[in-house]
Amino acid sequence: MSTNDKVPANKQGYWKYTFHMMRMNAGAYGMLAPFMILFIVFLVIPVLLSLPIGFTNFDMAHFPKFVGMSNFYTLFLNDDVFMIAIKNTLIMAVFTGPLSYVLSFILAWLINEMHPFLKTFFTFVFYAPSMTTSVYIIWQLLLSGDSYGYFNAVLLDLGILNTPVQWLTDTKYILIMVIIVQLWISMGAGFLALRAGFQNIDPSMYEAGAIEGIKNRWQELFLITVPSMGPQLLFAAVLQISGMFTVGIVGQSLLGIPSTDYSAHTVMNHATFFGWIKYEMGYASAICFVLFAAMLIVNHFITKLLSKYTD
Amino acid sequence: MASVARTTRRKHTVDIEKLKVKKKRKINASLGGNIGIFIFLSLFGIFMVFPLYYAFIQSFKPVEELFVFPPKLYVLSPTFRNFSDMFKVASGMIPLSRYIFNSFFVTIVVTVFNVFVCCCAGFVLAKIKFPGSKVINQIIVISLLFTSSVTWIMQFLVMSTLSLIDNPLALILPNIATSLGLFLMRQSMSTIHDSMIEAAKVDGAGLFRICWTIVVPNSKPAIMTLIIFAFQNSWNFNGGSIIYSEQWKTLPTIMQQISAAGIARQGVTFATAVVLMIPPLIVFLIAQSNVMETMANSGIKD
Repeated sequence: MSTNDKVPANKQGYWKYTFHMMRMNAGAYGMLAPFMILFIVFLVIPVLLSLPIGFTNFDMAHFPKFVGMSNFYTLFLNDDVFMIAIKNTLIMAVFTGPLSYVLSFILAWLINEMHPFLKTFFTFVFYAPSMTTSVYIIWQLLLSGDSYGYFNAVLLDLGILNTPVQWLTDTKYILIMVIIVQLWISMGAGFLALRAGFQNIDPSMYEAGAIEGIKNRWQELFLITVPSMGPQLLFAAVLQISGMFTVGIVGQSLLGIPSTDYSAHTVMNHATFFGWIKYEMGYASAICFVLFAAMLIVNHFITKLLSKYTD
Repeated sequence: MASVARTTRRKHTVDIEKLKVKKKRKINASLGGNIGIFIFLSLFGIFMVFPLYYAFIQSFKPVEELFVFPPKLYVLSPTFRNFSDMFKVASGMIPLSRYIFNSFFVTIVVTVFNVFVCCCAGFVLAKIKFPGSKVINQIIVISLLFTSSVTWIMQFLVMSTLSLIDNPLALILPNIATSLGLFLMRQSMSTIHDSMIEAAKVDGAGLFRICWTIVVPNSKPAIMTLIIFAFQNSWNFNGGSIIYSEQWKTLPTIMQQISAAGIARQGVTFATAVVLMIPPLIVFLIAQSNVMETMANSGIKD
């Protein structure tokens, strides 16, 4: 800030100066306003409200009553389904978080090694599913439990199966199916950022590396590429975190709420179940608050982890 | 790639400039490695494209072929029956064309406003220093975490307080101010030279004019990218949980309703899926080079 050096030493002068600067920049606030109003109403307030409403028994019909920590007590001590949800969320998070992050990084890297035409082609192919997220419902038909579902039909035809498998209701398979569909739609904006990041690197770096004795693609990747892509890596990671905590959304449309024996029930589904189906908004808010807090904590650690590359 | 380049150089004297560019990037690449990578990418690509391809093929199959066992990956006598049936399924008094209109209407309104507010706010945050600008910039980066799929239960609460439930505005307002859009816009606009803005200021132009006559025309790639993201987001946005009136439902909701009928309706389901997936794919194909340019600026720096 170029203004820093002019800030007067005493406190009163500081506020006076700030107000003066605010008046000077009234136009800037005006241009920011349309975005900020919508942003605050539909993003900041919903996120911040989760804590105060989590302390109440709000049911959308009556005025909320303060119930202290009881929602949080119930959540962690008396709600067995929530524990299942946490377990499922963690299992899915491993696959849809780190795994899909590493996968999109590797794919972006490999695509970047290709001929320019193939680059465009493969980028399109991998990004296509996340452009058509509302279409993932077709997996319902691909995985349909009768012999007309594609996977059953093929496996029956090859003689691998004798009877059709209920992919989406058999508790043995539900979780893995949701993970597959989630991976399918996970090559989103983060993947594009990584793709662009690879393209961004100055080719002379590789030349210099070759002179310094770098022998193959692996060394190139870890010694040159990764360290110079920090900002993109962080951006993709941030987007991935939100994806990994919301895995439930896919399951919700594929399996309904709740899924058989809660076998694909995630924290997000739990919140939906109480908030949207049972109208127990107080409890749902408490769940959301726990979710938001977990996301911020994970985000904090990832930022720390990648900070050595982002300067 | 490099080895290919080397052999061609031995045989002919070819375009030296081109060779140099190729050689520079592909120092440590081998032909074998390239083929291996190609096969790996293709296998993975098949997994990504298969459901879309299958939907496409199924949507053109006549009834006899739809229920052949095992399902074939090609179609013998393609027909538009499923697409014409799709227009007949429409529930109640509302024709399907209305849902398609709704989808396009909502998507276009959201996209236009999204680009507008993100351009204004992105310019201010990228180029103007004012009390609070630092804090807002940090909030935007953190808010990238809170996509609408995370916050939608709490959003639902806010919207019902504002009595937006079952109101078409509920499909539009929450999707306009996206932090991803603002973030990308800000990153891209901050690469524009300050001298251009200073010059306009000296000439007496106001902020709004500077933004729309100087900065925005120089941020075309970012704007195209925003259009793609906003289009995809709102085209795929399933408002089923907040819109109950038939006349305001959009295609994703209808798609879910049709597919709930199960395998018997699969021809129509796949036809709807094809209608849903074509527009975003086309928009992306048109603008993909812009996306790459914008995403190159997307990194988060401390």
